[in-house]
Amino acid sequence: MLYREAGDFKTSYVDDSQTFPIAFDRYRYWAVLAVAFLVIPFVIDDYWANAVFVPFLIYAIAAIGLNILVGYCGQVSLGTGGFMAVGAYACYKLMTAFPDVSIVIHVVLAGGITAAVGALFGLPSLRIKGFYLAVATLAAQFFLVWLFNKVSWFYNYSASGQISAPERSVLGIAVTGAQVAPWAQYMICLVFCTISAIIARNLTRGSTGRKWMAIRDMDIAAEIIGVNPLRAKLSAFAVSSFFVGISGALFFAVYLGAVEVGEAFGIQKSFLVLFMIIIGGLGSIFGSFAGAAFMVLLPVALKVVGVDWLGFPTDTVAHFQLVIVGALIMIFLIAEPHGLAQLWRLAKEKLRLWPFPY
Amino acid sequence: MKDSVEPYVTADGRTIGDRMMEMRNITLRFGGVVAIKDISFDIREGEIRAIIGPNGAGKSSMLNVISGFYHPQEGEVWFRGEKRPAMKPYQVAQQGVARTFQNIALFNGMSVLDNVMTGRLRQMKTGLWSQMIWKGPAEREEVENREAVEKIIDFLEIQAIRKTPVGRLPYGLKKRVELARALAAEPDLLLLDEPMAGMNVEEKEDMSRFILDVNDEFGTTIALIEHDMGVVMDLSDRVVVMDYGRKIGDGTPDEVRNNPDVIDAYLGVDHD
Repeated sequence: MLYREAGDFKTSYVDDSQTFPIAFDRYRYWAVLAVAFLVIPFVIDDYWANAVFVPFLIYAIAAIGLNILVGYCGQVSLGTGGFMAVGAYACYKLMTAFPDVSIVIHVVLAGGITAAVGALFGLPSLRIKGFYLAVATLAAQFFLVWLFNKVSWFYNYSASGQISAPERSVLGIAVTGAQVAPWAQYMICLVFCTISAIIARNLTRGSTGRKWMAIRDMDIAAEIIGVNPLRAKLSAFAVSSFFVGISGALFFAVYLGAVEVGEAFGIQKSFLVLFMIIIGGLGSIFGSFAGAAFMVLLPVALKVVGVDWLGFPTDTVAHFQLVIVGALIMIFLIAEPHGLAQLWRLAKEKLRLWPFPY
Repeated sequence: MKDSVEPYVTADGRTIGDRMMEMRNITLRFGGVVAIKDISFDIREGEIRAIIGPNGAGKSSMLNVISGFYHPQEGEVWFRGEKRPAMKPYQVAQQGVARTFQNIALFNGMSVLDNVMTGRLRQMKTGLWSQMIWKGPAEREEVENREAVEKIIDFLEIQAIRKTPVGRLPYGLKKRVELARALAAEPDLLLLDEPMAGMNVEEKEDMSRFILDVNDEFGTTIALIEHDMGVVMDLSDRVVVMDYGRKIGDGTPDEVRNNPDVIDAYLGVDHD
């Protein structure tokens, strides 16, 4: 009885095109936001923040970014790790060069710098597509990681070659560095994640998003009906890299604190985020969250089940984890190639008619 | 800009005057293959102009030249009394030329409404920043354009499927949605590439009705390619006939029907 549209009449186009057209969905959305902002910060502890919530939120931002590029605009990218590294290093350079400026501004600027770099590496997309473009972005991944290893200016000539986040605070509360409280880490990621999701939704619902999707579905037809392919593709690369850069900056500054580029932002990171959006659902903001949750929670859940409940040795579970995650991804792609978002959509369709579908 | 020429009167009594588009001595080659050989014709404001010819005659190539997808090696395209420089297809679209495709080229991942809204890119100008914020200019523009799109949806009687993903629709409806997308741009010149290919009689009748109504109500100039001779002769005001890349006939349906070259091209010629 909860999930109904009957009697919920839309009288304006604004109402008709809102994000959650069904009233129950709207309430659920506000409830999730309320819990996320008003409940979780007060109960969160170090384990939950570091193992679950902070990585989930940061990866969700990266997944939203990549989903804009791959899911909405149809341009395959394997350079996510490299672009996250750009965000991280840009944030580090800004934090050390301008210590008095708020870290929030640094993170946003790092996103902007990544957007510029992303647009630059998006230029080949004007000529090549599909697998070939994937290879070109792969070059970006390796080049960027190599660059940050090679040029010591990027890590301020530190002996270890690592970058580590100096202590910074927002509104007097430390959010980076050693003394940071779990709830502060969580809150800054949550704020960035929420705003990113809203911006991404706004962009994809309007004419910009339609341009991207037109390019994705049929680029020649899109050009003939008036989409400038150069602008559409480069804007997708820029916006996507903006979010990826923000997530990279947060990943370094808030989550890890200290980063060695090849380790944290290697090719595995690119694939991890790509898996997230494929499992979550291409071309769906909700899918980005679902995929990020799946990929972050699965190892944690396996560890809890394997080590804590069944009492296996930690290393055995760690090895099994690789096998199980791999197998699950394959099973998943065979069973539901359109991802968790599609499952969710189907469930909603069913729910609208439940319990009397005929 | 007006490009005035001697007006003529159509079969149903409308007077057609100014030139909208003129093709002057167009030659298009693909490597050694000559797809279009030295063709000239014009499209006048408000008329329905058909391009016909046997398979491989170069009709679709001609349409692609008009919509800027191919650039002819020789010849000039004049639009509204001005020579058109070499343009990208999206620039041509922004000038008010919309088209449909022979093989349906809808955006399969999007709903009918989104497909038709995509047709209105020419009218949607808000930048990336205001779209990020959404509230304000972007939302206002979206609603204004939605109203215009709903009129088109109403006109083509596809209200019931507006939220359906295009991939799920049957063929005839897809053709109609494609027409809606082209119309949403409020084009001055509408190019239809075989709008009735693969349709049954009722669907053809519907589509013919829509084409006439578009021409009548919106005053849109239409250039169409079609193989169904009955439809072409009934709908169009003037017809260009092409064969092997050359123009073999041009005139009203009656003139074309009695043109010996046209009869030869369609029925074959006795070489004895």
